[in-house]
Amino acid sequence: MVSFVALIPLFPIVGFFVLLPLGKKLGYPKAGWLGTTAIFLSFVASVITWVGLLARTGTHRVFVDHLFTWMNVGSLKLGIDLYLDPLSMTMVLFVTGVATIIHAYSIGYMKGDPRFHQFFVYLNLFVFSMIVLVLAGNIPLAFVGWEGVGACSYFLISFWYEKPSAATAGKKAFIVNRIGDFGFLLGSFLLFYWVGTLNYANLFGGHLILSKGSATAIALLFFLGAAGKSAQLPLFTWLVDAMEGPTPVSALIHAATMVTAGVYLMARLAPILHLAPTASMVIAIVGVLTAFIAAMAATSQDDIKKVLAYSTVSQLGYMFLAVGSGAYVAAIFLMVTHAFYKALLFLGSGSVIHSMHDEQDIKKMGRLRRYMPITSVTFIIGWLSIAGFPPFSGFWSKGDVLTSAFQKSPFLWLIGALTAILTAYYMGREVMLVFFGDARWSAISGSGHQGGHGAGEHEGDMHVSAPHESPRIMTLPLIILAVLAVLGGLLNLPFASSTRFLENWLTPVFGTALVANSLSGTAQVVLGAMDAVFAVIGISLAWSLWRTNWDQPNLEPALLKRAWGIDLAYDAVFARPSTALALKMDTVVDRKIVDGVVVLVATAIAKLSGVLRKIQTGYVRSYALGIAFGAVILLGYAVIKAGG
Amino acid sequence: MFPYLNVLIILPVVASLVLAILPKSLNPKVFRNLGRGLALVVFAISVAMAAQFKVGFGGFQMVSVHSWIPTFGISWSLGVDGISLVLVLLTSLLFLVALFGAAENKDEKAYVAWMLLLEAACIGSFLALDLFGFFLLFELTLIPTYFLIGNWGFKNRGKAAVKFFVYTFLGSAFMLVGILSLVFIHQATTGHLTFELAQLTKTTLSSATAKWLFLAFTAAFAVKAPVFPFHTWSPDAYGEAPTSTVMILAGVMAKLGTYGMIRFDFQLFPAAAKSLAPILMTLAVIGIVYGAIVASGEKDLKRLIAYSSLSHMGFIVLGLFALSTQGLSGAVLQMVNHGLYTAGMFLLVGLIYERHKSTDTNVLSGIQAKAPIFAGVFTLVMMASIGVPGLNGFVGEFLILLGTFVTHRWWAVVAATGVIFSAIYLLWAYQKVFHRKDEADRPFAEIKKSEFLAIAPILILIVFIGVYPRPFLDRIDPSVHTLMRQMSVTYTTPATSGSAIGSGVSK
Repeated sequence: MVSFVALIPLFPIVGFFVLLPLGKKLGYPKAGWLGTTAIFLSFVASVITWVGLLARTGTHRVFVDHLFTWMNVGSLKLGIDLYLDPLSMTMVLFVTGVATIIHAYSIGYMKGDPRFHQFFVYLNLFVFSMIVLVLAGNIPLAFVGWEGVGACSYFLISFWYEKPSAATAGKKAFIVNRIGDFGFLLGSFLLFYWVGTLNYANLFGGHLILSKGSATAIALLFFLGAAGKSAQLPLFTWLVDAMEGPTPVSALIHAATMVTAGVYLMARLAPILHLAPTASMVIAIVGVLTAFIAAMAATSQDDIKKVLAYSTVSQLGYMFLAVGSGAYVAAIFLMVTHAFYKALLFLGSGSVIHSMHDEQDIKKMGRLRRYMPITSVTFIIGWLSIAGFPPFSGFWSKGDVLTSAFQKSPFLWLIGALTAILTAYYMGREVMLVFFGDARWSAISGSGHQGGHGAGEHEGDMHVSAPHESPRIMTLPLIILAVLAVLGGLLNLPFASSTRFLENWLTPVFGTALVANSLSGTAQVVLGAMDAVFAVIGISLAWSLWRTNWDQPNLEPALLKRAWGIDLAYDAVFARPSTALALKMDTVVDRKIVDGVVVLVATAIAKLSGVLRKIQTGYVRSYALGIAFGAVILLGYAVIKAGG
Repeated sequence: MFPYLNVLIILPVVASLVLAILPKSLNPKVFRNLGRGLALVVFAISVAMAAQFKVGFGGFQMVSVHSWIPTFGISWSLGVDGISLVLVLLTSLLFLVALFGAAENKDEKAYVAWMLLLEAACIGSFLALDLFGFFLLFELTLIPTYFLIGNWGFKNRGKAAVKFFVYTFLGSAFMLVGILSLVFIHQATTGHLTFELAQLTKTTLSSATAKWLFLAFTAAFAVKAPVFPFHTWSPDAYGEAPTSTVMILAGVMAKLGTYGMIRFDFQLFPAAAKSLAPILMTLAVIGIVYGAIVASGEKDLKRLIAYSSLSHMGFIVLGLFALSTQGLSGAVLQMVNHGLYTAGMFLLVGLIYERHKSTDTNVLSGIQAKAPIFAGVFTLVMMASIGVPGLNGFVGEFLILLGTFVTHRWWAVVAATGVIFSAIYLLWAYQKVFHRKDEADRPFAEIKKSEFLAIAPILILIVFIGVYPRPFLDRIDPSVHTLMRQMSVTYTTPATSGSAIGSGVSK
């Protein structure tokens, strides 16, 4: 049944090619259902494949499906190959599963949008690209998916391109990702240079000839790519701007799937990271610093989605902390549970935005639990999960990450622990401001019509004055994700080796690269208990500080509001000077200097040239015409001669 | 066997001459349809030739040698290998697309006649195996181009046409001196006067002479490609040329330069090419970065693509002089890829011009909302140009950079920054022209069926080559191996020398 694997990418791409010409005709809601069905079928194919893979054991759980040759040049041999193993299987399962839920939700969320069908065209192409990224059998093919998801992300962030901020955000996301791609490409070249292959099937094993230095260089180059895609320092600013996209996009692409691609890539390359302890340390440090810095920024944001965006950056930082600590299973565990609760939180925020008529400022919300019971309950579940409150999924997955960080270095653990408190706090602040306290939406706008219809999301229901619960097509996905967010921990409970399903499933993939847990049982219990304490501290801080009091500028320093000023600094240091330089290059350097010098040199050479001196008349033009005349005579002679 | 190569050259020449003697008073449609019909026939013949081409064979095929001017050892000698095969196919396809998608409607008779003459000259240049014949055809491309820019171009066409002519002609003057010197040296050492490439490759040259001759030939090719800093004619010529001409200029004629480097620089002066490769690669890398930076500051779409071309042609030159299997094969494939997406881009910009009478990114706006299909087509071509994997541009770029990395690591590192730049200037322009709201709310007609059909072959190939480049690489690769054997280049990486994983790269 593993040979069903090719069906997994097939359904979404067929969906894309059907929707591309016919989507407009199908319209609402058929185009949406068609797109959703394609992804659902892909999920079914994944499950069938998974069952097939479960039936196998040990090394038989690696299956390469060679579809056709891509490029064979010299010793470089690349195929369109699918590489199925427990790791890629896990990814495909949660990607197609979460994508199905978010597709269905989008049918409700995007209702009334004039480009409704187009949304599903992009979404299907995105899922296809994501599957290619995950299932690729070689690094360049993974790059196809890697860039494909980047291109779709660009299309979808700038989906409402009439808004200049949306168009700019899309462009920025693409360009920043390209900076990471520079690393990805060079990493591939270096790997090919030393190992002579880019196919996963030959790479692992072959990679053992790498010296420590080259393994470090390769790992760090790929990490640059991962940092771009997964929004890590110093390349994370694009992800916050990406919130300009429709909210389902933020949930699917900028929380659950695409941004985790960098983590997946590093996990895939675990055997190489294993040879490069310095690189691993760098990754762990960058990860934990990103987690902390982004969590700090999240404490002071007013936009409901920007809090979640910084939160995502922060959680991705945790995943890299796990990768850098050699705890690949913990990284994947967090990735999966994060996909559940963060998709839930984003979709919940979409439901709020939808009901508030496109208002995104949490300071202008409040008391919504009275109006949106399903949204608020599920959102609170999401909060408790991300906060690491036991027994919600985040408690178990984040716990694993922090435990492995402790083993790597107590210092890493300390920053991670602080971040855990911050996480429970900033999400708590958002929950309090949105669902508790006073209803500030009528007090602030002062009329029956709250918020502005700026984004053009579902125009036409201006007459609705009070917030309302979203339709079933949107709440049902919230409920499913809430259940997953609660129960996600069951994937990998730490009590006995028999309850560590994910670890048992993935360990053969990572083998010796996986750092074994050497902490004593007591130490682990203590660390776990401390995680729960961190969650309680953060939650109670948020509860006491923000439940009734919404206006506290002293808790929101300007520096954090502007996210440490990083974006402004980039703008001043890179963007503006280089724009000015480019303009100068065009108007002055190329037109005046280069052109002028070339003409000068050419004339000088012509003057110096002995062969040409005799016909030099001082004018380049007549000189050229002289040669032209000569050529014509030569040609004429040739023709006559040939004729005779 | 059917004389494919001769027919591919002679048919458009004859057609062009017939058009010249037809009365001007005929319905313009007659000329236009004649032109399109002939382009179609030439394309069909080139496809038939490709079908006859034996795959897996690196040398020249369908060779046709006729004595022409025996007094001077000049022969009419043609042949096709995998490298020229794909370029001839590209040429006949782009002429077809140009004549269907962007035919001029002023003075059709002369226009079609010049276009057909240009097609013959381009195809001939790719097939000629005699230096005299090559030079003649290579130069012959200038005259139709000069008149096409001068008579059908934009506002500053006169100046641009002269600049183009003078620059390229000056480059060619060096090559002419180079050719004659080589022939006379060959005659002096062997007592045999000949212009045939196969004979001249056996000339014994001192290292210094070989270098000077290499530089003389390269001058012509560097101007044509163009290679930094010999590019300054191209923004003017590309900017002022009519759409169909600029498609050919950037899509086909630029490749005459890089093709010339492979066929003549490498085959005639392999040692000089190897020792001077770092200089050419450095210029290529400067061109990649420099072209991209200037493109980022450019407001006119056509000039922007001109600078983007400078940048992308830099990749091709880099891949050639890296002298590795992947670099060379990638560069040849990228000649086709660049031809496709650049011609496609110019065609689309031409359609924008028809609708708005402007190519200024500050003037154009809001096209995506008004014409989403047009925007989608443009996006696909743009993504190919950016080098998004899954599309054709990536395959070439990846092979070039990989091939360069294994032989000249640091050049590849700098060149790879081009990956970032191309996204910057193209997305920037796209946002202004397509995303930005049109305050004046001018109408913009959606792409017409005929326009879509004209560009469809390019769109199909962009995706096809991106996913399945094998039919092209299978033909290019053996010829690249043959070439590398002739130049006796081998390179090894730790992976290919040390362990048992890879086999030797060049067999």
